[in-house]
Amino acid sequence: MHGRVKLKSTAQQEEEKRKEREKKLKIYVTARDAVFAKRKNGMLDDEALLLTQQLLSSNPDVATLWNYRREILLHLETIREEVDVQKMYEDELSFLESCLKVNPKSYGSWHHRGWVSARLPRPDWTRELGLCDRCLSLDDRNFHCWDYRRMVVKMSGVPVDQELQFTDRLIGSNFSNYSSWHYRSTLLPLLHPESPEPPSPCHQTHHSPPTSPQSHSHRVCEEQLLKEYELVQNAFFTDPNDQSAWFYYRWLLGRAEREEMISCVFVSREEERVAVAFSRPVNVSSSGLMLVLDGQPQRVEWRSVHPSFKHSPVCICELPPGTISDITNEHNLTVHWTEKHTHRDCALYTGRSVSWCRDSATDQELFRSELSVEKTSVLQSELQSCNQLLELEPQNKWCLLTIILLMRALDPLGYERETLSHFQTLKEVDPMRGAYYGDLCSKFMIENTILKMEYAEVRVFSLSDKNLTTLCHLDQLLLVTHINLSSNQLLRLPPQFAMLQCLEVLEADNNAIENLEGLYHLPKLEDVSLKNNKLSRLSDLQPLASCPKLTRLDLRRNPVTQLVNIESELAELLPSVTDLLL
Amino acid sequence: MAADNLPSVFDVIILGTGLSESVIAAACSRVGQRVLHVDRRSYYAGNWASFTFNGLLSWIEEYKQAGPSDEAAQEKVEEGEEALALSSLDTSITNVEVFCYASEEPEEVEEGVKDGAAAAWSVPQTPDSEGEVERCLLESSSVEEEEAVLAGDEVAQASGPDAGAEETQPEGEVPPQAYETQGEWQDEQQASPSPAESQPEPKKQITYTKIVKEGRRFNIDLVSKLMYSRGSLVDLLIKSNVSRYAEFKNVTRILTYRNGKVEQVPCSRADVFGSKQLTVVEKRMLMKFLTFCLDFEQHPEEYQDFSVHSFWDFLLTKKLTENLRHFILHSIAMVTPDVCTVEGLRATQHFLRCLGRYGNTPFLFPLYGLGEIPQCFCRMCAVFGGIYCLRQSVRCLVLDKESGKCKAVIDSNGQRISCSHFVVEDGYIGLDQRKNVDSRQISRAVLITDRSILPSDSEQQISLVTVPPVEPGSPVVRMVELCSSTMTCMPGTYLVHLTCSSSGSAREDLAPVVSRLFCIPVSPGEESKEGEEGSEVPSVLWALYFNMRDTSAVDRSSYDLPSNVHVCTSPDAALGSDHAIKLAEAVFRQLLPEEEFCPPAPNPEDIIYDGEGPQGEGPGFEEADPAEALPSQGEVESAERQEEAEDAGETGDVAKQETVAVAENEPRPASEE
Repeated sequence: MHGRVKLKSTAQQEEEKRKEREKKLKIYVTARDAVFAKRKNGMLDDEALLLTQQLLSSNPDVATLWNYRREILLHLETIREEVDVQKMYEDELSFLESCLKVNPKSYGSWHHRGWVSARLPRPDWTRELGLCDRCLSLDDRNFHCWDYRRMVVKMSGVPVDQELQFTDRLIGSNFSNYSSWHYRSTLLPLLHPESPEPPSPCHQTHHSPPTSPQSHSHRVCEEQLLKEYELVQNAFFTDPNDQSAWFYYRWLLGRAEREEMISCVFVSREEERVAVAFSRPVNVSSSGLMLVLDGQPQRVEWRSVHPSFKHSPVCICELPPGTISDITNEHNLTVHWTEKHTHRDCALYTGRSVSWCRDSATDQELFRSELSVEKTSVLQSELQSCNQLLELEPQNKWCLLTIILLMRALDPLGYERETLSHFQTLKEVDPMRGAYYGDLCSKFMIENTILKMEYAEVRVFSLSDKNLTTLCHLDQLLLVTHINLSSNQLLRLPPQFAMLQCLEVLEADNNAIENLEGLYHLPKLEDVSLKNNKLSRLSDLQPLASCPKLTRLDLRRNPVTQLVNIESELAELLPSVTDLLL
Repeated sequence: MAADNLPSVFDVIILGTGLSESVIAAACSRVGQRVLHVDRRSYYAGNWASFTFNGLLSWIEEYKQAGPSDEAAQEKVEEGEEALALSSLDTSITNVEVFCYASEEPEEVEEGVKDGAAAAWSVPQTPDSEGEVERCLLESSSVEEEEAVLAGDEVAQASGPDAGAEETQPEGEVPPQAYETQGEWQDEQQASPSPAESQPEPKKQITYTKIVKEGRRFNIDLVSKLMYSRGSLVDLLIKSNVSRYAEFKNVTRILTYRNGKVEQVPCSRADVFGSKQLTVVEKRMLMKFLTFCLDFEQHPEEYQDFSVHSFWDFLLTKKLTENLRHFILHSIAMVTPDVCTVEGLRATQHFLRCLGRYGNTPFLFPLYGLGEIPQCFCRMCAVFGGIYCLRQSVRCLVLDKESGKCKAVIDSNGQRISCSHFVVEDGYIGLDQRKNVDSRQISRAVLITDRSILPSDSEQQISLVTVPPVEPGSPVVRMVELCSSTMTCMPGTYLVHLTCSSSGSAREDLAPVVSRLFCIPVSPGEESKEGEEGSEVPSVLWALYFNMRDTSAVDRSSYDLPSNVHVCTSPDAALGSDHAIKLAEAVFRQLLPEEEFCPPAPNPEDIIYDGEGPQGEGPGFEEADPAEALPSQGEVESAERQEEAEDAGETGDVAKQETVAVAENEPRPASEE
């Protein structure tokens, strides 16, 4: 009957397809062998160019072929006129375009395109930008294209404001795009840099050098910042579960950089030891530390508090024996951090066995460094917006977390209770990240306790029964003599614990501690209480042997007490301990 | 004409080329039924058609003139048979009124316009007797317009009786292909803004003469519909591979009329994010509500208590601002406030599910107008052997007295053709066969305007505008504004379709909305006035009003017809075409309960041609496509044209060229291989 269509059966079609594939494979393999043979013979001619082109157009992901192709092109470049070279590379670009259609995420093709564009005698960057825009409109997260585009922008010098508009456009069409937000974060400081701030009076400016360009390069002027807050709020109110906007928001809220400085110098006559705390970990061997005692540079050996650290925020050194041991002498010490052109003085008066000089942690900046010191009113209004969102989305973890950070920036102690309750909600709505929230909460609790301690001007740090899962900021506890960490969820006393150079009494009962690595060479440690922990092997107690003054040790309700001969073993390990409770 | 050469036996005869009929034709032909598809009009798609400007003028003329009266000719039937006459009148279009506001150029007065007054020429309705007001010239011998024919009717030329008519292009007409290419060129010109194009000297006046002269650039739909991206029409186009015959553009924005202003409705995530009119809290509330609607069935606790209440009441409890309630009700759900909660939620859900499939709105629009779609299905039917005759009708059905079934038809040439099924458009059914003529009406207006209702960065916006009742009791009006890149109007103009369910004549229903949203010049060519907000309101250059009968709600049992005669109702007032597609599928299920409805058309390389064994060797990719060797097989698609509608949205222009190329390939002789 007229027009009745007969169709091939599925088996027929399959068979045809199989044959076709076989044939294709044969052609491909033959061509590949031919190409490899040619390369071996060092033949760099048009035929090889053609063959590699055929192969690459069906499979653009063979790096060897691209390499060969570059060899050929480099050779041809030397023997051709410039006009022809231009033509040759232009052909290469249009060939690459067809490869990108086969696989828009081919490493080889994009890399080769970058290479060709850079060699093109008269590159047409507008065209390249157009290509990128087309690619990104098809897939706005194609990072190969983003990379290539960055190169094109750099080479062609596209004005920054135009690029910012480009991110506007991309974010407008789909704001779930880290690439666009991140790109924005690199452009804004260039286009709207923060106006240089007069140095705040609370810092001893004389030992800080003129602010380096880097320290301000990440900040954006306030006017623009407000616009950005608005933009990003639109995104996270529209879709609060999309992370990209929240991350950008975190960037906007900023991470103020702490000034690099010596935060504390501590000197003890008895041990003839100097301990120095820095605002960031320093490499003891290469950061140019110098000790001047009464005007005389001293030859001392600086070391970190624990052998496992090359970098440490606390360094110590031993003075030559007898230099400061006489209690009737007054001494002036100066520690120089030559690398950063900064120093700190410390006077050891007559009759004093120890002395220190430092900045108080209550100087606001310390723990607000998570967020920069923006104007409080701005942060306050941001907090209001987030609270508004939280009302609509009480379960949203990004919102909760951001609120916590804002509260910390505004008033860490005042908001402590709310912060804790938000952490509780966070752990409930996002149990997968429970441990992360636990650690973060521990960190904030420690910060708060340090602040409280500073306000009270005591050297006692007490933080018991607060669900601590981790210890941090231990460099801030350099001067602490008594610490109470009982009834928390600590698993260990980490090596950083060795920074507590003045520690005399440690209470850490009712934790899950199984490792005492950090009780390392603590010169003043006398009394350690570790009741009800998870210490199970004698070797776990080994570090205690390095603490010369340890006299009292309470190990009750630890598995280690069940070991045979434990008492005698301990007596041998810790001869100084006179008061041992098992 | 070769009408008498028609075979005398078919499986299915279909009268009328509207969307439902065309889909049935394609579906039947696809599964091997012998299909004869005829239409008494000179163009395809019936009331679904799209016209050039001049074509539309002819259409208007047709409905102005009185046709020959319905003569009950005595048909020759055999013993045991009786004849059932069909109507030769089309009464589906009424209240046609035309207004021209564009200025005339003095030397061009011969365009049929006498006076230059505001209503340059209107066609007042002769209100003598209802149902008899408009007559259609059946089998009009003077064919003025042929643009509406599609590439697919080349097959009709080969086999149908109208072979001669198509080949001689009327004088002065640009061949369709040349015209299309020209259109693309224009489009590209606009895409890359050359200073001359983008900045026309102080707004060139568009005169009536210019519109007539550029009339071919218009493709004016009689029914204004959009395609839901996940509606049954799009699904069918993809499933059946018919999508390869057409191209689509995304509707770019949803607008609404509120507080005397046209505003954009934020409906996608990107819209909500970018919206300047919503506060951040509103954004959250809107997104939250829409996210809920997307899978509202999963949260019965949210709406259960409202199952007997209206959707509006439900919205009121949802902490939504007035702003948002308006957007959701009128522009997203697009329902009236009194529909029940679940229906409203379902409508919202459908809208949202369609969103983002092809773009930022849930809708597609076919380039060159909606009339393309029925033609695409006709083409599919022709590819599989269906025979097409335009300007050919069926005078009467021959019924078997015993079984009461239709066994044959007698066509307008008097030829008797047997069939097992007869499918007919509602408009051909005489009054005698209607038990219940209680049909509804659709009010339609078509405007040509000089600028967009809401100017934006891009001039090429396709907008859906929802207009809630402008006064209490007036109808909800739906407006679609098409830009020139949809290939439905000339550059510099916009084509605006207004639709609502009638309560009076089209002009009574729609003129109040037109006068609020547009400037109607007092004298032709007057510059548009300043709007209240200081923004310029578009001026109407030309306006057409008419009513169309809507029989979509009429039940099959309302027709007194044999059981193997199937009626396809006229287009409905809804935005989507789901009704027509569901109807087509239902009819097909009655016709051929065992067969699949529109299975995918095979790829050309999988077709086995007569005298050819299974192609065991398998054609290599360098070898010639066997399709080219056998062009006489009718339509053969080139293998590359397999993109789904998805691609069509993006690479419209390129694809169109390919479509043209396919048509050109056709007459290539076999020897060329």
